[in-house]
Amino acid sequence: MGKYILRRILYAIPIAFGVSVVCFSLVYIAPGDPLQTVMPPDATAETIAIVKHAYGFDKPLPMQFLIWLGRVVTGDFGVSISTRRPVILEVTQALSNTALLALFAVPIAFFTGYVMGAVAGSFAGRWVDRVVTGAAVIGVSLPNYWLGIVLVIVFAVEYMLLPATGMGPNGSTGFDLLQWSNAKFLVLPVITLAMIPIGILARTTRAAVAEVRNQDFVQTLRAKGLSEWAVTRHVLKNAMPQVMAVMGLQFGYLLGGSILVETVFTWPGSGFLLSKAIINRDVPVLQGTILTLSLVFVATNLVVDLLQSLIDPRIRRG
Amino acid sequence: MFAIVTGIAAAGTAAQAGGTLIVGMTAGDLPITTGNPDQGFEGYRFVGYNLYDSLVLWDLSGAGDKAAEIKPGLAASWQVDEADTKRWTFTLREGVKWHDGCPFTADDVVWNFGYGGDEKAPQFNPAQFAQARAYLGTYAGVEKIDDHKVAFTTKVPDALFPYMMSYVLMISPCRAKEVKYDWTAYADKPSGTGPYKFDKAVPHQRMEFVPNTDYWDKARVPQQDRLVLVPMPEASTRTAALLSGQVNWIEAPSPDAIERLKSAGMKIVTRVYPHSWSYQLNFVKGPFTDKRVRQAANYALNREDMKDLLNGLMLEQYATVPPSTPYYGKPLLYKYDPDKAKSLLKESGCLPCKVTFAISTSGSGQMQSLPMNELVKSQLDATGFDVTLQSMDWNALLQVGRGGVDASPDINAINISRASQDPFNALIRHVWTGAWAPKGANWGHFSNPAVDKLVDSILGEFDTTKRLALLTQLHEAMNEEAAMIFVAHDLNPRGLSPKVRGFVQAQSWFQDLTPVSVEP
Repeated sequence: MGKYILRRILYAIPIAFGVSVVCFSLVYIAPGDPLQTVMPPDATAETIAIVKHAYGFDKPLPMQFLIWLGRVVTGDFGVSISTRRPVILEVTQALSNTALLALFAVPIAFFTGYVMGAVAGSFAGRWVDRVVTGAAVIGVSLPNYWLGIVLVIVFAVEYMLLPATGMGPNGSTGFDLLQWSNAKFLVLPVITLAMIPIGILARTTRAAVAEVRNQDFVQTLRAKGLSEWAVTRHVLKNAMPQVMAVMGLQFGYLLGGSILVETVFTWPGSGFLLSKAIINRDVPVLQGTILTLSLVFVATNLVVDLLQSLIDPRIRRG
Repeated sequence: MFAIVTGIAAAGTAAQAGGTLIVGMTAGDLPITTGNPDQGFEGYRFVGYNLYDSLVLWDLSGAGDKAAEIKPGLAASWQVDEADTKRWTFTLREGVKWHDGCPFTADDVVWNFGYGGDEKAPQFNPAQFAQARAYLGTYAGVEKIDDHKVAFTTKVPDALFPYMMSYVLMISPCRAKEVKYDWTAYADKPSGTGPYKFDKAVPHQRMEFVPNTDYWDKARVPQQDRLVLVPMPEASTRTAALLSGQVNWIEAPSPDAIERLKSAGMKIVTRVYPHSWSYQLNFVKGPFTDKRVRQAANYALNREDMKDLLNGLMLEQYATVPPSTPYYGKPLLYKYDPDKAKSLLKESGCLPCKVTFAISTSGSGQMQSLPMNELVKSQLDATGFDVTLQSMDWNALLQVGRGGVDASPDINAINISRASQDPFNALIRHVWTGAWAPKGANWGHFSNPAVDKLVDSILGEFDTTKRLALLTQLHEAMNEEAAMIFVAHDLNPRGLSPKVRGFVQAQSWFQDLTPVSVEP
């Protein structure tokens, strides 16, 4: 087991390297310029040259990449071009803000999606299934930024129960979860974010449950005289590994931060950071965020795989 | 936890009559605080001119029907040396103190030009250099004469030099030395001479200023107790934030939200200002090298339809600057005349006249970029043009803009909205051979010996009245040449809570927030 974990962690190194190379190249293939944001539209060629030199962007690309890589290995992610703040600070702060949303959105989404899917799968083909599956399809198709705007109109503008945007009230310098004046800023973005994985989870769970229910061992359980409730328990347990794989991926997506949801709510999370970095071609931030997120993805997958093998001994033997 | 408690306590003690003004900005992030800000002129408007002063300031009192003009700032007066018109003497205001308590002196001015203009100075900051350089085209050097006098030299005689000085903000060398030139540290405790002092900021979320009660211009000590700036790039988010009472001031509500805001009792303020939503043209290659085609494009536009599209939130643009500009004159106006457009095109032999426009999906000052460009295309196509819109994101369009026609010869026009705040940026940079891109902002390489001669005489004319006459001539000449396709002047809409009092909108990109108070 220990060896297995170590091997999986070592796999993360080439993955992270590959992601960095691809990301670095993409930024430079895309039109635009990383120094555009720090310069007014009328900057002359001479100014651009001087500033490029000062930022080290005048060196050949592979050289820039190697310099960046060398620094990253020592834990130095550089400084954001547009805010001049250390990238490591930007990324960790944004990631923790997004994690805060995910912390609440994930249990809500996973519980709701799983229950919906389990009910639909257990009654596959019947009217309950149709209702639940229909709801799931609507959930998948609903643009979440639209839902976010509607929630804002209803709860912030019309009823003034919750704040429309931002993270924390004016005057605050930190976010205190235990104070309602702070925590209320979480409600709408969490609900909006939770809607994203519910549909897909419900669909996956339904398919997995329905599939397991058709297997021979279920017949055997029934023949043994087990109650329908006990049979369902076995079915759900057997469907779990497949569902968990999807949950793991969805968890990773939520940690990556939804660019749309975070933009609608001006939530300073990783999706918001990433979209700003793309618009500004802020290469150091873009690189740092993507590298960190890819590592988070790898770690999430590892945890999911380990959990799967705990639930399903066949995976361990395989 | 402790920080939050103290934050609330501080807000409580400060709550006197003036109230807290909370602004929802269009910027995607908080502007930088290390001097000349980023985030375009919005950064100057809310952070730059509030924390800092320049030697020359803008009169933003909003009085009169004319566009805002420059006035003395940290310099009480200035004059050009009559024997050597490349030398200017600026007499500095006495008794001014930085927010950190140090006195403001001539040494500080010299230091600031090293900060943003001299690569070899120890305090050189490339980010500031990038911001300031666009305004220092003719700047050659600065020297101290005495504690309250400095002399500038310019590369060529430049009568518009004082305008350029209005864009270079002065930061405190005292504070910079205290943080050992660590600009990240400086950004968290900036020190200027402006009407507001920096109080605190949460990165990406909000920045809070408090009044500088010792401000040298007593008439401009802020009337509110606290100014909070919040970046909100999404227009619908800004609208919701204003309606829900989270902010009491928003920049640029989208045209379709105006009715909703008004019905909720919000005040919508608009005023024309030096903004131009137009197309700069390719004068090197393609149909627009023919003046008749340029005029045809201008005659083909029905700007009233465009105004309807924007729910009335624009002024029809028939010339480079709005009519309230002192040097507007009597330009040849291209009122909607599709027949004339068709016959001009026929005369030029360009039928169908295939042209490609580079446009952006969004961006600073671009208004409703996509629908507006679609309307322009349909109106031009109706008179015999065949327009291809090449859309890209803002960053990419700026790059095309900087490169000039040589880098993108197949683009016939580029749609980058421009500030026409001062005579150089309003007129000269678009038509002067000396400003050909990539050296300057003359994207399409317009060149005309008569215009160049006129520009030279403007730069060499130090008498304001005589210069105004020359500028008027230049403005009229640009219309006659149809140097651009003129479309719209933005009206600078803002949504204000009914509790916000005392704001007078100036005809400028910059605004004075100091007279504003907020009722409880």
